[in-house]
Amino acid sequence: MSKTITIDGQIIPFEEGQTIMEAATEAGVYIPHLCHNPEFTPHGSCKLCTVNVNGRTCSACTFPAMEGQQILNDAKDINEDRKKITQMLFVEGNHFCPSCEKTGNCQLQAVAYHLNMLDDHFPLFYPHREMDASHAEVLIDHNRCIFCTLCVRASQQKDGKDVFAISGRGINKHLIVNAESGLLKDSELKATDQAAHVCPTGAILIKRTGYQIPIGERIYDHTQIDQVSLNSENLQHDN
Amino acid sequence: MTTKIRVATTSLAGCFGCHMSFLDIDERMLQLVELVEFDRSPITDIEHCTNCDIGLIEGGVCNSENVHVLREFRKNCKILVAVGACAINGGLPAMRNFISLEECLNEAYIDGIGVENAQIPSDPELPLLLDKVRPIHEVVKIDYFLPGCPPSADVFWKFLTDLIEGREPSLSYELVHYD
Repeated sequence: MSKTITIDGQIIPFEEGQTIMEAATEAGVYIPHLCHNPEFTPHGSCKLCTVNVNGRTCSACTFPAMEGQQILNDAKDINEDRKKITQMLFVEGNHFCPSCEKTGNCQLQAVAYHLNMLDDHFPLFYPHREMDASHAEVLIDHNRCIFCTLCVRASQQKDGKDVFAISGRGINKHLIVNAESGLLKDSELKATDQAAHVCPTGAILIKRTGYQIPIGERIYDHTQIDQVSLNSENLQHDN
Repeated sequence: MTTKIRVATTSLAGCFGCHMSFLDIDERMLQLVELVEFDRSPITDIEHCTNCDIGLIEGGVCNSENVHVLREFRKNCKILVAVGACAINGGLPAMRNFISLEECLNEAYIDGIGVENAQIPSDPELPLLLDKVRPIHEVVKIDYFLPGCPPSADVFWKFLTDLIEGREPSLSYELVHYD
């Protein structure tokens, strides 16, 4: 008899050591997320995967599945909170989708679409952030960074390098590059590194590829992120 | 005829692209004008709006005149709608928010290539620029938001027909785009 948790009334089996997110994904239950990627150690920073576990609020990507947990996921008030979190991510950066190469392929945008976010609600910060176009093949636009640390984790865990880190705290938090000049061109990053491809937003982009697929024919233009996410993440798991 | 729903529209710091997209409802405009009457709008040339049911605002707020127009709309429209990316988050014009106003004006009117008789326009008739372009929800209460750059004609059609026929407006996944 395998152990089970219950998500929105659905009984879901899990193996010892799995997080709620892992058990849910395997069972085909989507929990919204941005900083989580099944290939890397969970980070629990974006809080999009907030669920209610036995009456308490937890991050599904870091919280272990335990026998008998009663979990609320796709609930109106939780999705409202997720929408507010997404709106906060939008207003604290500069996310101008019409002028972003990543539009239609962007997970931040796709989560916002999924949550039917129609406005930003909060006053916009318009923070002054720089771009780093120094690297021959890879561009960093700090305006779009949401500090998910996926590039940091990918560089350390997959590429065997240490190109990225997050520096500063609170509103002064920013992505830094491991090079004396602070510029991407002087780092060890190669365009083939996983760190250059893992960004969920348009903060790290491969140059000269942005418009190979026309707007209107991109991943999330017609397919919701829950379907895309479950298909790709279960595929990765099977591999 | 007085029972028609009164609609006002304007473009603040926008490009009129949202208005063009609205006109893309094409022949459905004939159905629409059976039900609505346009008040202040680029379509009618009426200068000030009075007692409207729906106000559609394109563009963000970049100067003092935008603020006055927006407040006039809020005062006179029962339902005020932010239409398009610029109304919702400032959009393309808000990209000047990272450059000081002085630098912007110098680039356009003093140091720009091909500028003759360089001077910064200061006619009292001209509205003063705000130091930053802001979305309209930071200035007045907004009731509904139609994202997109521009929102497609189908978004306008779905939203207005929902509202006119007494339904709570809702946009399906396919109709919600930020680009």
